[in-house]
Amino acid sequence: MRTELSKFLKSKFAGQLTEQELFRDQQSFVVKPDAIVSVCEALLNDENLEVKFLADITCVDWLGHEQEKQGRFEVVYNLYSYKHSYRFFLKVRLDGENLSVGTLTGLWKGANWLEREVFDLFGIKFEGHPNLTKIVTPDELEGHPLRKDFPLTWEQPVFSWNKDDPPEVRNER
Amino acid sequence: MSAEKKTITLNMGPQHPSTHGVLRVKLELDGERVVTAEPIIGYLHTGIEKTMESMLYYKVIPATDRIDYLAPMSNNLGYCLAVEKLMDIEVPEKVKWARVCLVELTRVASHLVWLGTHSIDLGAMSMLMYAFRERELIIDLYEACGGQRMMTSYIRIGGLASDLPADFEKKVRNIIKTIREKMKDYDKLLTENPIFIMRTKGVAVISAEEAINYSLSGPMLRGSGVDYDVRKANPYSGYENFDFDVPLGKNGDAYDRYLIRMEEMRQSLNIAEQAIDGMPEGPYRAHVPGVVLPPKEDVLYKMESMIFHFKIITDGFDAPVGSVYQAIESPKGELGFYITGDGTNIPRRVRVRPPSFVNLGSLPVLTEGKLLADVVCAIGSIDIVLGEVDR
Amino acid sequence: MGLEEKIPDSIILTSLDKMVNWARKRSMWPLGFGLACCAIEMISTFAAHFDLARYGMEVMRASPRQADLMIVAGRVSMKMVPVIKTLYEQMPNPKWVISMGACASCGGVFNNYAILQGVDRIIPVDIYVPGCPPRPEQLMDGILKLQEIVEKDSLKKVHEEWGRKVV
Repeated sequence: MRTELSKFLKSKFAGQLTEQELFRDQQSFVVKPDAIVSVCEALLNDENLEVKFLADITCVDWLGHEQEKQGRFEVVYNLYSYKHSYRFFLKVRLDGENLSVGTLTGLWKGANWLEREVFDLFGIKFEGHPNLTKIVTPDELEGHPLRKDFPLTWEQPVFSWNKDDPPEVRNER
Repeated sequence: MSAEKKTITLNMGPQHPSTHGVLRVKLELDGERVVTAEPIIGYLHTGIEKTMESMLYYKVIPATDRIDYLAPMSNNLGYCLAVEKLMDIEVPEKVKWARVCLVELTRVASHLVWLGTHSIDLGAMSMLMYAFRERELIIDLYEACGGQRMMTSYIRIGGLASDLPADFEKKVRNIIKTIREKMKDYDKLLTENPIFIMRTKGVAVISAEEAINYSLSGPMLRGSGVDYDVRKANPYSGYENFDFDVPLGKNGDAYDRYLIRMEEMRQSLNIAEQAIDGMPEGPYRAHVPGVVLPPKEDVLYKMESMIFHFKIITDGFDAPVGSVYQAIESPKGELGFYITGDGTNIPRRVRVRPPSFVNLGSLPVLTEGKLLADVVCAIGSIDIVLGEVDR
Repeated sequence: MGLEEKIPDSIILTSLDKMVNWARKRSMWPLGFGLACCAIEMISTFAAHFDLARYGMEVMRASPRQADLMIVAGRVSMKMVPVIKTLYEQMPNPKWVISMGACASCGGVFNNYAILQGVDRIIPVDIYVPGCPPRPEQLMDGILKLQEIVEKDSLKKVHEEWGRKVV
């Protein structure tokens, strides 16, 4: 599976694939941000590989590390193939002001909450997401807690509720 | 409310007896039928991941206990396996077998809590008392091992916190015997119970394709007939040495998931029995100076051990730059730890892949167009634990 | 609500105090409300093995309107703060609060942006039960201590200090 996978990606997405690494028997590929949706679609629909399970989406903040030069944020897609019992990772590196990447909700419905969580905790925008809103932190909390420049013990007491609807809808009721 | 609006909005939770904690569901109802059910989470957001990213690798373990507090040992194991992978540590055979035994009993304890709370939601009040009575046996074993009832932190990086207690085997055999006996009572009480069957059969159905599409795992996925169990697919901690079946459902409804969890409990007892039968002798911690703490007995008598103990506790160890992911089959599904080392003694990123968070995402599809009373059944059959959903 | 509002200012209460306190002490209804890990230990306390029914407290009420004891069992996140405050205000007087576990009492191991560092910042707490999570015996001990407080309470005192519980 390992060689097949890298052959598949190299042949189809030669220009989009920037890096390939193998750490502790785990294969990961770095792809360009605008290519991630098409790469995932090809992997999902390929009859031989059958990468059907999107296990996880997460993000790593490299602020203050030498890896920051390649891009501060690293969005990690954790993919798994039931057929081959094989797990691998796709990584997207983002930097600068425009922290956005295409959404996978069109391919996997399970990506909905995972992407919302990454948006909430890291502030990465997923373009085309149907409902990109905060999911775990309170609505009043400003900033994105899991970024390295967010202080650990920052306290922002919250004393308001009924924030489900925007005010104009609430007034109508 | 305007006259043409036909649906009503109903708020359920965060303080509601059948949401298993502080889940809130915003329901849009058309009479008794559910139009949409939108879970709103975050009422137990603890910032555990941020806390973990500020601690030495060793000190993270107590925080992992508090993620899924119904199955603390599974979390310990997942984290420790991930760090062992990152640091390239091989643990002794005895540790593997003891871990498997404890984790399988944890699965039984977690499923017992699920059984009690799920059936109390559906009206079987006495089941909770029975389930918690049997759970006390396993909690007693935890206490004998780790010194605390729930948050044991017994599984450590490179081994266990201490050697297994002297009466470990006797206690485990007693647990296996008792729970096997009591499982017959549960079967009589629920499996054939017409009211229970009416409340669960054909309720909260999800097809295999949808289950995969929603990234479900654990009994939620297997209830729809997809054969994926991390213990079989990618064995860890010596699971390849054990002989067990993975139960699969056909219809993907709440009753199938109930049957699967009951069968999983029986299989877990079998695995625990195999583990206790074949438990090898040996040290309870790997010998990796500078990374794994030396055994406590040595620390008191040997100079080098004491130095290493002091160094590891105060300074930790430096991890290489790189990311590892270790998945285990927790009672709720695939629990994964994605740990990124950055060359220092503090992890750059500890990501928990929470099975109940991902499984809860399927609640809208489970309840769409169903009756209001079935929402309670659907939430119960997902088997969520809010500490893990929100972290 | 409650007897206190009906008492005129100039009456001395002795036997009525005893009677009312005895009744209150022996029929305390906790609010069925769990937050995190401690909630599981709370259920253990109410379940078969430890059996809190011995102290007349097994009736967990799902509605705050029917409860007079709130056991804050677990960590209180910032998002949960307004909810807990509302629940407390919905409970009729007289009411008591037990803060169960380290997280509810002082934030516990989670000294971070998401957790309220002690539930006593938003509601008055009568008894703190230490532990992470406390053993069922510890919770029982806390409840018995609370019963002692209730026993010594005077209707008169509560009447005079009306508003004591309102933060």
